Amino acid sequence: MVAFLSLRDAVAECVRDGDTVAMEGFTHLIPFAAGHEVIRQGRRDLTLVRMTPDLIYDQMIGMGCARKLIFSWGGNPGVGSLHRLRDAVERGWPAPLELEEHSHAAMANAYAAGAAGMPCAIFRGYLGTDLPEYNPNIRFIECPFTGERLAAIPSIRPDVAIIHAQRADRQGNVLIEGIVGVQKEAVLAAKRALVTVEEIVDDLKAPSPNSVILPHWTITAIAEVPGGARPSYAHGYYKRDNAFYTAWDSISRDRDTFLAWMREHVLEAEPGSPLGWRV
Amino acid sequence: MEYTANEMMTIAAARALKDDDVCFVGIGLPSAACNLARLTHAPNLTLIYESGTIGARPDVLPLSIGDGELCETALTTVSVPEMFRYWLQGGRISVGFLGGAQIDRFGNINSTVIGDYRQPKVRLPGAGGATEIATHCGQIFVIMRHSLRAFVEKVDFMTSLGHGSGGDDRQRRGVTTAGPTLVVTDLCIMRPDPETKELTVVSLHEGVEPEQVQEQTGWPLRFADNLERTPPPTEEELTALRDLQARTAKAHAATE
Repeated sequence: MVAFLSLRDAVAECVRDGDTVAMEGFTHLIPFAAGHEVIRQGRRDLTLVRMTPDLIYDQMIGMGCARKLIFSWGGNPGVGSLHRLRDAVERGWPAPLELEEHSHAAMANAYAAGAAGMPCAIFRGYLGTDLPEYNPNIRFIECPFTGERLAAIPSIRPDVAIIHAQRADRQGNVLIEGIVGVQKEAVLAAKRALVTVEEIVDDLKAPSPNSVILPHWTITAIAEVPGGARPSYAHGYYKRDNAFYTAWDSISRDRDTFLAWMREHVLEAEPGSPLGWRV
Repeated sequence: MEYTANEMMTIAAARALKDDDVCFVGIGLPSAACNLARLTHAPNLTLIYESGTIGARPDVLPLSIGDGELCETALTTVSVPEMFRYWLQGGRISVGFLGGAQIDRFGNINSTVIGDYRQPKVRLPGAGGATEIATHCGQIFVIMRHSLRAFVEKVDFMTSLGHGSGGDDRQRRGVTTAGPTLVVTDLCIMRPDPETKELTVVSLHEGVEPEQVQEQTGWPLRFADNLERTPPPTEEELTALRDLQARTAKAHAATE
């Protein structure tokens, strides 16, 4: 049964050292507040899974939470590099980071396969690229009907999926709208699912019979965290803080500047108070 | 009107898109070119971003591939697995518009690492959607600034297949789509030779001499026999581009 918890208790309940953690949200609805709580609780040796690591994994990697990263595009969208990710890969700071690198098509298929309870994802992809040479989890199979050579990678089945959504009702059913990314697949693929929401309401007011809704019995814990996706955005609530994404480039470039910023805006901040750390 | 080399590049790239194209748009330079096309000669152009937005009509250029502006103006927004499975892999996209850090003489693109993969000199963001965009769209247009660092004899890492080692190498790898048919830079326009698939300069932008392009290219360049001059930007094109960029700068500087 879904539990309504504080952000601190929800993260403590769902995330353990050594877990494989998928925090999804494709540019939109990125669960920043939950990620910051994982950092505050000092989780270690995580395998972080995410199509686009974005600033949230840059922060978690820079704070030493991660042992391994499974990803398909590791940049600051429209701005440039993720400097903490690069520092970990290029110079092993604060710790070496193992990479398992894919393409978006592969990751999207692997989440869908995980949600479908399949051991692997099969798709037409990785043609002509060098990626399979460096990632032993990219293999090829022959279609038993046509003989076509197809790509196969293991499905993604995380210990815990963490997402942010617009709202939940009091039973714990969750509505997601706008750019819905791979959040539904991530939740259905995971053993445990933590959802932070902008608000908990009496009536979800789903705009269409085909709205994306996760039933309460697919979710482990829900925490109400208004603004929990900032500086990414929540469709219908607030806009993406593009100025912050641009500012992150200089905050994160230098180790000391980064650590000072994290101390002030994350380590010493109250759980779920994202407004306090905006520039 | 006076214009910059970057403006010429974006405008030349925009001109290549047709009104009935369905275009998978990369962020940055491709996004500027695709939206300029939509705002000028190709109002019905369908723009698809990998975040799932189909038929996006943004008023300002998105900073990321999933800005709210894209979803709010789109015909519909689908999940990311659906985007890559039904729409891209399903063969619904006529043009993929890509950039990258390096491109080689056969149009192969690197957006993964400079140097060795395990000990990289520069760790770049990686493939994102590009690997499958490069093989599943009907054809590929590339937009990149010309420099010796970017136009290399051979890419350090093959993120996205172009014409492989040239000739029919792409087909021999089991790929049936056309691959890169057009490369637009701030100096010139290149197309693959019909036989060898080597990128060949077919048009120089106004004021650019062949030697300048060669100086910024890491292999001995071929120039087409009937080398053309790219028509300079029209007033309409320049005004549309500058208005778009001014709206974009204003929107991205604003915080709530």
